[in-house]
Parts: sequence; structure tokens; C-alpha cells
Amino acid sequence: MAEKVLMKGNEAIAEAAILAGCRHYFGYPITPQTEIAAYMAKRMPKIGGTFLQAESEIAAINMVYGVSSAGKRVMTSSSSPGISLKGEGISYLAGADLPALVVNCQRGGPGLGGIQPSQSDYFQATRGGGHGDYHMIVLAPDSVQEMAQLTIKGFELADEYRMTSMILADGTIGQMMEPVSFDFEIKEAPEKPWATTGTGMKRPHNIINSLYLKPEKLEETNIARYEKYAVVEEKEALAEEYMMDGAEIVLAAFGIAARVTKNAVKAARAEGIKAGLIRPVTLWPFPKAYFEKALGTAKEMISIELSMGQMIEDVRLATQCRIPVSLTKRVGGMIPSVEEVLCAIRKAAERIGD
Amino acid sequence: MVVFDRPHALLDVPFHYCPGCTHGIIHRLVAEAIDELGIEGRTVGIAPVGCSVMAYDYFGCDMIEAAHGRAPAVATGVKRSDPDHLIVFTYQGDGDLASIGTAETVHAAARNENITIIFINNAIYGMTGGQMAPTSLPGQVTQTSPYGRDVKACGYPVKICEMLSQLEGPEYLARVAVNTVPHVRAAKKAIKKAFQNQIDGKGFSLVEVISSCPTNWGMTPEKALQWVEEAMIPYYPLGVYKDRSAGIIPGAKEA
Repeated sequence: MAEKVLMKGNEAIAEAAILAGCRHYFGYPITPQTEIAAYMAKRMPKIGGTFLQAESEIAAINMVYGVSSAGKRVMTSSSSPGISLKGEGISYLAGADLPALVVNCQRGGPGLGGIQPSQSDYFQATRGGGHGDYHMIVLAPDSVQEMAQLTIKGFELADEYRMTSMILADGTIGQMMEPVSFDFEIKEAPEKPWATTGTGMKRPHNIINSLYLKPEKLEETNIARYEKYAVVEEKEALAEEYMMDGAEIVLAAFGIAARVTKNAVKAARAEGIKAGLIRPVTLWPFPKAYFEKALGTAKEMISIELSMGQMIEDVRLATQCRIPVSLTKRVGGMIPSVEEVLCAIRKAAERIGD
Repeated sequence: MVVFDRPHALLDVPFHYCPGCTHGIIHRLVAEAIDELGIEGRTVGIAPVGCSVMAYDYFGCDMIEAAHGRAPAVATGVKRSDPDHLIVFTYQGDGDLASIGTAETVHAAARNENITIIFINNAIYGMTGGQMAPTSLPGQVTQTSPYGRDVKACGYPVKICEMLSQLEGPEYLARVAVNTVPHVRAAKKAIKKAFQNQIDGKGFSLVEVISSCPTNWGMTPEKALQWVEEAMIPYYPLGVYKDRSAGIIPGAKEA
């Protein structure tokens, strides 16, 4: 078994990014993700990489745009208010079909909000966040190990589909320490013949661009991009099923909320309640098939969130509202307790007469 | 025999610029500099948002279209991706560089980022139809200053070369014009130097080019060139504002 090291979630992201061949990091300080920048500041100069503290989140994401245009693996990280600032750049990355990794270690909002964990950027992440028709691949780790693993997967998927991957974490997973193994097989970045690396006077010039003044051309590029998204939805949707055998009460939770929910599901099973959990690992594409399958036995679903109810909409869409879906949530930096979730499960069990 | 031909670094495509606009001259000067320095194959240009947004179709080197004002940040990324090989330039107008992108400009200069910036100052937003620019002159009539730029209400023009010259970072800052033949010659020299500095690893070099906009100034091309001479240049004096290697550093003179 591979050696494990004790690390913070944010540090695991940084180390995994370096393993994935990322040699360019641009960021701006914001709690609760600054460990990523600090780690990169320490490591990058030692391995011939670039760590640059940008003048703003806007500048950082545009530096990412530049490195990605030149064909290299590149990332930035921030937390909720900073991600809003990056929204413009993320839209341009999508419009120019550039691969990149963006980490959002979420905190409570709106506005300046707070610095405690939250999942209230779910809509922003899964619907794109900036202007125009586009998606990012959104990955939701629930452990320090997955912070590392999904960072590598994020780079690989970004390159494969020429999309931005977002790690949608939260302050808790970013800050907590757990043992993590870095024994990964990593796909190297593919050839990027489209990149602006200089023509070498050997080929016509490459252009990285998101401007199409002719409406029929812009329509064509949007439709082609959504054909690519359909492939991503078909092939990359991923979830973990926990105690789903014969589950009548199905819980949906991701990230830190899933950690709490697992304990509640286990406790409910011990009480004889047929509860189970679907933990989406990809939030976009949303793992609809897992929810469709669950309808075989499910009578009610409960979405457990650190938001006022955002993922619940995708749960309802995935199940086409065939069974009731309710919400159990805490917001503003609060996390639901196992008891709160268990209580919601018991109430659902009473309703369905289990 | 000397044949006056199209520079290789400019593609054989029609420009979309208005008649009498001096973007064409400046494009040519940039392309000539790239040709003469033999760097086309390793040059990446960054186009702005504004009239020269489609510069990516005109230059023969690899090109990137940036978000409004963000070209210096994009250029920073490109340059850092392969600093020993790539030559990176941005081509930006006054709204792009001196208004929405001021922060990116100032900080790229402060870092002495080893890039070349060609800054076109024509005192107006051309692409959107002639609105007041950060560089519009006091009293200048535009679509959004129909009674003339009132400095009490909208403040004073931003003088980029003067402002950046106060920073320790930048290597070279010069303001030139293209309204007369001698000015065009001086502009060419400054632009070539701004690229040469990058090749030599000297750092951030910005050339501000006073340009004209006959369409949105409501003048004939000839009158517009005169207005550059009579109104623009007195407000924006031409010259070298900083040249570290040549010892031109503001404030270094003895009292």
C-alpha cells in the first residue's frame, strides 16, 4: 500500500496539481483557500514553475487564460466572492474552448458573506457562472484524498474536452487534515496543435478567440459546444452509492454534507429504516442515471445541503418530480448535525409508513 | 531596387478600419518591427476589445483575443508559459488600457513584466460609436459628453506614460504620434525598441501612440491629423518618459 501523508485538503489540491504537471498557478489571497497559494509559492520556484500572486482575481483568471492559450496545464483557486470576479474570465475560457482548473473552496454568501464553509455556489458552478451558454465540469470532493484525486481528474478532463474543470469544495474540506496517498496514474496532457506557441514560420497562425460577429457562425459554435457537452454528460457523470440496497428514503448530498449524511444513513439503517445516499461526485454533469435507478425502490428523497436549496432542483429534474423531494439544510457557515439529518430521515419514514 | 511591400507579419486581408484611421499605419509599424527583428515565428499578439478587436485576423503571428482590458494579464500568462522563447505583445486602445484595464496595466508595469504594449490613444471609444474615453480632452465633445468633457463632473484625462513613469518597474515608456512623416519615423523607432527590449530581457516596454479618429471626431482625415497636432500633442507631449537602460528616469534629476 502506498505511503500516506497527513495533509490539509487545500494542500492536497496543490500537491496533486503539481503531480498532474501543472507548473503555473495564479491566485489572490482569500480565506478559506489561501493554503493552496502558500503551498504553490513554496514549491513552484523549486521545480521551475510559476507562482504569481496576481493583482486581482480578474487578473489571475486572465493569466490562466494566457497560459492555457499557450497549451500548458494551469490553475487558479479562490473562494466564493473571488469566483464571482473570475466569472468573466471563465466565460471567455469557455468561449475559446480552453482547458483550465479552477478551485472554489466555498464560503457563505451572498456578498462578503462569511468565511465558514458553504455550498451556496452550486448554481453558479453548475450553470456556468458567467455570461453565455456554457458549462464547466464540476467535481465535488468529500475528503482530502478526493481533493487530490479529483484535482488530477479535473486536469485530465479539462484537456480531453477543452473545458474548464472546477473543484467545488468548501472551507471544511479545504481546512481539515486527513491521510492522503498520492499514488496516482496520471494521463499526460495531450498534444495541443491549436495552442498559440509561435508559428515557427511553419504553419498558418493559430487564433484563440471567443468573438464571432456573424450570428450564424456564433450559433454554430454554440451548438457544436453543446454536442461536446452531451458526450461529457453521457460519459463522465459520476456518483457514489452508499447503502442504496432497497433504499426507500434516498438522500442526496455532496462534499462535507455527504460526510454527515453517511453517518445519518448508517444510524437510520441501524434503526431499521431503509435509507440510502447518492453522493454526486460530478455536479455537472449531474449523475441523473443514479437517481433514475433509485426510483425503483425510492418513495421519498431528501437533499441535504449547505445552501437554501440548490442541488434539490437537479434532484427533482433527475427524478422528474415523480416522488416527493424535501430539503434539509444549514447555511451561513453552519453544518447540519448527524442528528438533524437523522431526524429528517425519521420524519420521512413516518410519512411513507415504513 | 527598394520595393515598398506589405510586411510579412501582416496578412494579405482587407482591414475593417474607417477611412483616415491611423490604426493601419500603426499595424504596419508593428509588423515591420517584427519582420526586421526576425521574430514572427515566436511572437504571440494579444488583441483588445475595441476598434482593433479583430487585429487577430491581421497579424500573421499567433494571436489571442482577450477580454476587455485584460490583455496585460493574458500576456503575462503567455510570457510566463515560455519566457525564454516567446515574444509577447498587446495592442490596446485607450478605453481598454486606460479605463477598464487600468489595474492590469499598472501591475504588469510594476512587475516589469517582460512584454511589449502598443497603446493606441485616440481620445475616444471608436468601436461603440464615439463615447468619452479616459483620455478625452477637457471640453471634448463626444456622444456621452455632448456639452464637452466637463472636468468638474467627469474628471481629467489619464496620462498613462506620466503615471507609469512614477513606478520603479517599467523599463521603457514612450509617447509617439503618426500624424506626420517625421512622427511616423520616430514611432517606428520606439516600437522597434519596445520589442528589442523584450528580446534583450529588459522588461516592460510601452509605446503610447497618439492616433486619430476622423469618424467619431467628426472631421476629415486631414483635419483629424491637424487636431492631433494642435490639440492632442500639446496635452499629451511626445517623448521618452522612461528608459532605464539609457538612464532616463523621472525624478532622478538633481534639484
